[in-house]
Order: sequence, then structure tokens, then C-alpha cells
Amino acid sequence: MNDEQLLRYSRQIMLPSIGIEGQQRLLDASVLLIGLGGLGAPVAMYLAAAGVGRLTLVDFDQVDLSNLQRQIIHTTDRIGTPKVESAKQALTALNPEIEIECIGHQLEGDELSAQIQRADLVVDACDNFATRFAINAACHENSTPLVSGAAIRMEGQVSVFPGKPGSPCYRCLYPENGQVEDTCTANGVLAPVVGIIGSIQATEAIKCLTGAGSTLEGQLLILDALHMQWRSLKLKADPHCPVCGTG
Amino acid sequence: MIKVLFFASLREQLDEASLEMEAEGLADLGAVLMRLRERGGIWADVFAADQTVMMALNQEMTGTDTPVQDGDEVAFFPPVTGG
Repeated sequence: MNDEQLLRYSRQIMLPSIGIEGQQRLLDASVLLIGLGGLGAPVAMYLAAAGVGRLTLVDFDQVDLSNLQRQIIHTTDRIGTPKVESAKQALTALNPEIEIECIGHQLEGDELSAQIQRADLVVDACDNFATRFAINAACHENSTPLVSGAAIRMEGQVSVFPGKPGSPCYRCLYPENGQVEDTCTANGVLAPVVGIIGSIQATEAIKCLTGAGSTLEGQLLILDALHMQWRSLKLKADPHCPVCGTG
Repeated sequence: MIKVLFFASLREQLDEASLEMEAEGLADLGAVLMRLRERGGIWADVFAADQTVMMALNQEMTGTDTPVQDGDEVAFFPPVTGG
């Protein structure tokens, strides 16, 4: 690290659980971030600011006026711009030292798997079950840690799936039963709720990458922001899980 | 008695944070769901058979076939996928 980097990251380096070693791990790390909406916005900004060396941003959508109430990485003058490009502009302004790659289409199949193989960690900040199941299966296949968050209305959920044998995966939590999903378009979402959940995802990602502390592995953290109540629920691997199950 | 908690938008829809239920005759979490459904009105809608609700028994995620007993705490909350 040069002097400028030491200064830029000084407030993090001084944390005993991060230190120079932890900061170097972040600089050497590569994160695949899927979704540049309400959750992805704070995740991207915090990971870029914290000095994650390479961020690969994935989103097929363009910035829309109705996004700006909560997707704080985008701006009014970038309405119509691909979200990944809009995000890259904001992140480059925030931290020009890091490498940012943009994928402006939906990642599927082999391409998804290839991108996951290049990454040390995946952050799922998307907004639908189909993509979440695909990301989970590919992360499990590649033993890549997955930080998963979701938010809607005034509630949210977040967990970490480390991709290790014996630990639960996203599919242990949610059945793939074609259930109807609530969307923010139809149900609304309070602006800072995605910020709360996204900030926790960024925190968990940094801890996974640096080895600091303990993560939300084996727990589902759920938020009821209307009453500002949190619950932490134990989550065990389902032996019959079609993705990670053993029997 | 079994303590039943409702979280997030379930709590809002039901206008109820928690209730207590006699454990007698309740074999598993599916039976708890059924008894809630039988309250009718909004309860029947929220806990209808085609609605997905998530559930935890004594702060551990689980499913409808998990047995329940006197003194247990059951929590119900909605699935969330938005972002």
C-alpha cells in the first residue's frame, strides 16, 4: 500500500480486526455484485469506498425516475443510462483506485458460473426468486460465499451462505415452488430500509473477505422496520435440499 | 400454551403482534397454521393454503411438519425477495 492508500483506508486499518492485513485482503479481493437497485446501491458504494479491489457489477436495467427514491447510487441526470454504467460513474468518483467491471445483461448458465469462479465472494442484491435460486446453485457448485439480502415494504432479510459442506444454502431457506413474489413496484419500499439491509450485506461481505469476526452464517436476520424489531433465527442445512443436501 | 408471534407485514395485516394458543391437540406447526386459518376473515386470507409463510420454532427456521409442544414459541413472517 502506498501512502495515499494508507491514508484513504486509515480509519479501517486502525480497527484491530481489520488492520493492514485485512485491508490488503480487501484490495486483493474480487466481488461479484448482482443487482444495482436499492440493495446494490449501498453495497457497491460501501465496498468501493472500503477498497475492494475489483467489483463486477451486474444489472440489465436502466435508471428510471421511480428508482431514485431509494437507489442512491444513481442520479436524476442519469435516467435512461444503464444502471451498471451509472453505478460505475459514482464508484469511480468515490474511489478511482479500484477496478470496476460492468455486465449490462442478465448473467445465466455458464456465464454466471464463469463470473462466480472469478470472484472471491458474491453479493445477491437482485429482486426475484428465479435469479436468487440460480445464483445460489452456482455459488454452491463453486463453493463461493454468498451474501444474500432482500427488502420490501418496511421489512428485510439477510444471511450469509458460506458455500462450505454442512452449511445451509439459500435453497434450504426458500422452497422453489413457483410462489408468487411481492415486488417493490406493486408493494412499495421505504427508502432507508434497502439501505439498512444493503449496509449489512456490505458489512458481512467485508467480514467474509477479511476473516474478521463471525458472520451471519447459519442465521437469518430479519428486520421489521415499522416497529424497528430484529430477530435472528437459526438456519440449518436441509439434508434433503436439492442444491446442497446429502440425502 | 404456545406463544405465536407475527412479524413484519404479517403483523401489520393481522393487526396483532402475538397471541397464545392451547397446545392441546396441536401436533405440529401445520396444525398451528390450520388453527390460525380457522379464525376466519383476514386470518383465513393470510394463512390460506396457497400463501407462503415462513416459520420459526424457538428461534430456529423450520417447516410445517415440525412437532410443537407446550411452552414453545412459534414465529411467522413473510418471504422477502425484493431488492
